[in-house]
Amino acid sequence: MNRSKRRTGRRHPLATVALLALGLVFTGGAYAAISSGTAAQAEAEPTSQQTIEEGKKLFQANCATCHGLEAQGTGTGPSLIGVGAASVDFQVGTGRMPMQMQGPQAQEKPVQFTDEQVKQLAYYVASLGPGPDIPEDHLVDGGGDAANGAELFRINCAMCHNVAGAGGALTEGKYAPPLTDVSGVHIYEAMVTGPQNMPVFNDLNISPEDKRDIITYLKYVQDNRSPGGFELGSLGPVAEGLFIWIFGLGAIVAITVWITAKSN
Amino acid sequence: MSTATSPNGTQPKQSFTSAASVYVNERTSLAGFVKELGRKAFPDHWSFLLGEVALFSFVVVLITGTFLTFFFQASMAEVHYDGSYVPLKGVEMSVAMASTLDISFDVRGGLFVRQMHHWAALLFIAGIGLHMLRIFFTGAFRKPRELNWVVGFVMFILAMGEGFTGYSLPDDLLSGNGLRIIDGMIKGMPLIGTWTSFLLFGGEFPGTAIVGRLYTLHILLLPALLVALVAIHLLYVVVHKHTQYAAPGKTQLNAVGPPILPTYAAKAGGFFFIVFGVLALIASFFTINPIWNYGPYDPSPVSAGTQPDWYIGFADGALRLIPPGWEFVWLDRTWSFNILVPLIVLGGFIVMVLIYPFIEAWVTGDKREHHIADRPRNNPTRTAIGAAGVTFYAGLWAAASSDILATHFSLTMEGVIHALQATVIVGPFIAYFIAKRVCIALQKKDREIVLHGFESGRIVKLPGGEFIEVHQPLDEYDRWKLVSYDSYQPLMLRPNARGKITVGQRVRAAVSRWFFEDRIAPVTRAELEAAHALHHAPAPAGELEAAQSSQH
Amino acid sequence: MAQDDHSGAELAAADSSHAAHDSVASPGTALITTDGFENPGFPPHRPRVTDEDPKRAKRAQRTVYTLFYLSILGSVWAVAAYMLFPIEGNDVDAVRLNNMFIGLGATLALFGIGFGAVHWAKSVMVDVELADERHPVGGSPETRAAAAQVFADADRESGFSRRSVIRNSLIGALIAFPLPAVVLFRGFAPQDQNPVELLNHTMWKQGTRLALDPSGAPIKASDVTIGSAFHVIPEGLADLEHGKLEEKAKAAVLLMRLEPSELNELPERASWSYDGIVAYSKICTHVGCPVALYEQHTHHLLCPCHQSQFDVANHCEVIFGPAKRPLPQLPIAVDDEGYLVAQSDFTEPVGPSFWERN
Repeated sequence: MNRSKRRTGRRHPLATVALLALGLVFTGGAYAAISSGTAAQAEAEPTSQQTIEEGKKLFQANCATCHGLEAQGTGTGPSLIGVGAASVDFQVGTGRMPMQMQGPQAQEKPVQFTDEQVKQLAYYVASLGPGPDIPEDHLVDGGGDAANGAELFRINCAMCHNVAGAGGALTEGKYAPPLTDVSGVHIYEAMVTGPQNMPVFNDLNISPEDKRDIITYLKYVQDNRSPGGFELGSLGPVAEGLFIWIFGLGAIVAITVWITAKSN
Repeated sequence: MSTATSPNGTQPKQSFTSAASVYVNERTSLAGFVKELGRKAFPDHWSFLLGEVALFSFVVVLITGTFLTFFFQASMAEVHYDGSYVPLKGVEMSVAMASTLDISFDVRGGLFVRQMHHWAALLFIAGIGLHMLRIFFTGAFRKPRELNWVVGFVMFILAMGEGFTGYSLPDDLLSGNGLRIIDGMIKGMPLIGTWTSFLLFGGEFPGTAIVGRLYTLHILLLPALLVALVAIHLLYVVVHKHTQYAAPGKTQLNAVGPPILPTYAAKAGGFFFIVFGVLALIASFFTINPIWNYGPYDPSPVSAGTQPDWYIGFADGALRLIPPGWEFVWLDRTWSFNILVPLIVLGGFIVMVLIYPFIEAWVTGDKREHHIADRPRNNPTRTAIGAAGVTFYAGLWAAASSDILATHFSLTMEGVIHALQATVIVGPFIAYFIAKRVCIALQKKDREIVLHGFESGRIVKLPGGEFIEVHQPLDEYDRWKLVSYDSYQPLMLRPNARGKITVGQRVRAAVSRWFFEDRIAPVTRAELEAAHALHHAPAPAGELEAAQSSQH
Repeated sequence: MAQDDHSGAELAAADSSHAAHDSVASPGTALITTDGFENPGFPPHRPRVTDEDPKRAKRAQRTVYTLFYLSILGSVWAVAAYMLFPIEGNDVDAVRLNNMFIGLGATLALFGIGFGAVHWAKSVMVDVELADERHPVGGSPETRAAAAQVFADADRESGFSRRSVIRNSLIGALIAFPLPAVVLFRGFAPQDQNPVELLNHTMWKQGTRLALDPSGAPIKASDVTIGSAFHVIPEGLADLEHGKLEEKAKAAVLLMRLEPSELNELPERASWSYDGIVAYSKICTHVGCPVALYEQHTHHLLCPCHQSQFDVANHCEVIFGPAKRPLPQLPIAVDDEGYLVAQSDFTEPVGPSFWERN
């Protein structure tokens, strides 16, 4: 579905050595892109082979119970072959994995691993089969066209995540989480991988530039407080109605008591 | 007024004010009006100001709304937005939406006025709601005020219409989907639905006419009706004079309170500014209806958490609570009971609220005027009916936010809806039962207090070795508040002049039994004397004091 | 009103019974006791501290005028804020500051007047209560008789009851005259439209390509990967001169791809999908909200307005909520160039039910 897929699609999955070598090239490149300008870059680049090995160790210690020793999947967790680095970076990087317990859907919680460990896991899983990669920096920098992003967001995302990204309910206890403090990288990864029950938005549905615009819009909403004052959770008329009854009318009733109480 | 201070036009000393009042009076005959109304007594109680909350919010709505009309353009012509809000630049939208955005982002203070208008509208209808609850639970709708209840109720409906039409004007995504729902509901009505929808929208939904039409309703027809009804409503208050709560000195034949001029006028006038100020404060700090988030209306997108403003919530909730499958094809026509049932049930509920004063008057057969407002506990069945109605309404209202309840309390939306279905059906009965029992218990407590005084919490040992708790007897003023209320008996069936018992009489007797079977009559003098005799024969109040002091 | 003479400032206890002026009115089933308590009359007047302590009275007066001065300050502040916090340069923060500071000034101005006036009334104005006498709302028997006489005279002079032909023809005319106005309302809807015909058809027809909303780019079958959800409009919608939104309100479609093995298709619709790709109307069959909340693993579609749920794997039948009918399916195929096209229009009306639908 994108450049990396076509490149890796030529190889037989069992050609481990070739796979590792090529995986090394593109993971190294992608990692460089994602962490450019950080101190970690210098360490990570030459040790990509080691990154994958470290990732494998981490995987077998933390994830294999559900996903199997070779990530082939078990009764309790799906196969991760071909889900790509983006998927792992999203699931682990937002704390959704490892899962605390089985439930309607994996909950966001404090991240269990360091950034470096997340990357190691991601590149280990990416090495098992081709899948969406962690997006390049410029796609998540929020420098796109917010108006186009807002329109695409309303059409493709707002029905679940709410027009202001405040989140919303799905069936049987599932929900679309709020997007108010999700990083651009994770939003991008969610769109390309379709975590949980979210549909996949591949690059032919929403192009990478359009995804950048959507992230730009969300960043705009995050960075600019509402011109009208407090947003009341951006929940719309329900919050407004509760507010006017409890605080508006509540304050006024208290005042009526004062007005009619006999002065002492 | 024997000590009238009103201008009478003959004052020898001509200060500016008296000269001005002479001038005005000689051209308007205002003096008679001032003489008539200026020193009327206005009973004072916090709950009597709730109607004023609604009235004053309405005035704020009128003031702010007028400002908005100078900027708003009710056109659905398509333009490309070129105002200041970055995430909508270049987006195609209607002129209505673009001009609302301009009010928000390009007119200084425009957002403030817009927010105040919307907040005031919410407060207006909430104020009406609370005011109606006060009227209902205190029986202030009884003769001679039944028609004023009807006038007020019609205003409540008109106010909801005002709210909904205003909510739809910006032509944003949220309100557009609200109109979509209205369109779907209209289409679901038998026989007239399809044509009514086409007439309303000027063709197929959404068309290009609806915003202009709603605007005419919103700024012309509905406000005119509301203003006229407000005038009638207030005229009735003048004619009837305000009710008052039972208190020493207050009777069915007087109205007691501070005079309109100056005290009441100062309080009410000040209260207007306070309500205005509260709305200004809310408008300066709290966002309402952020249409810049919603974007222009487009039939394809929708936002999670799409809800109407609070006062339409009960209707939206009713739609949500219908179980699957309530729609049939019969006689080659579609019968949408999933829409008809909410319409009929809510219509029935509204009509019941509207005619309740007449029902109660029919049941009691009481033709007297009632100017003393009831304490809710002293009419347990009415209070219980009110509690049931409130529970029913609240269940529907909560259902309109079923999805938000689900996400915020980590529940499943299916579970929330099933629970609310149960609440709406069973809840009113439970509320009725509990409210009635609580009222009767409170009446019993009142009775105890009248008969035996307050429990003072002091335990005293009598000379005979007996321990008793000292009961503080009531003074006659406090006692009056607890014993002066109307109590009704169930209707006895009697044959009429022609020796027959009509079906109507039977029904009335049955309803009357339901109303008044359980009742606590007010304490009589004989009962009080008997209680005193029983309890205090060995140690009447005076001796108790003595016994008490002997302990020290 | 005319006879509404106020009884005066002195609080005099009146008799509490209804009977005094309502002697003819029936009490219904009300319990009339002869053994009730007497209304004890008004309790003694309790003076306020400001009545007794001149210092406190002075302080109350000071508070009142201070509040009024504060109000003036607030008004000035609001005017200053209007000028000091302009809205410039596409800046949302500027709008927020403008809103907040103008609002705060206005709040202070209003609160100053409001609380000042109420405090004045409560603490400074003379504390007096009056008792107005109430009179029967129906007026005195004389007034009622006089009104009845007016009607009787008017009837006699006009002959309203006597000249029944004149009266009845007037009543008939009054009933008939609004009818033309009712007919005028027909003009609210276009004269040349047949609603049922319009509701039965959408823009889709054989060969119309499925295009992305809002760009209008056509979609290839190979673009639609498993788990995807595409928001679709008919190709050419954006080029419409008129009625763009009306057509979109009927033609909006959601395109999804499932594993073909998970798709449980009706036999007569076996040819309506393409390799697990299915297209369903996005317009809810309940009251018309867009149903677009697609869960890619459960294959549930949820409507955010009234929570109707549709099972995409089972030809979008209703599994929860107030909707009755499944979402209409758009039969699709692939053209020579690999693009998805409609086989035909929807085979049933889309959107909310209406009376003539069958």
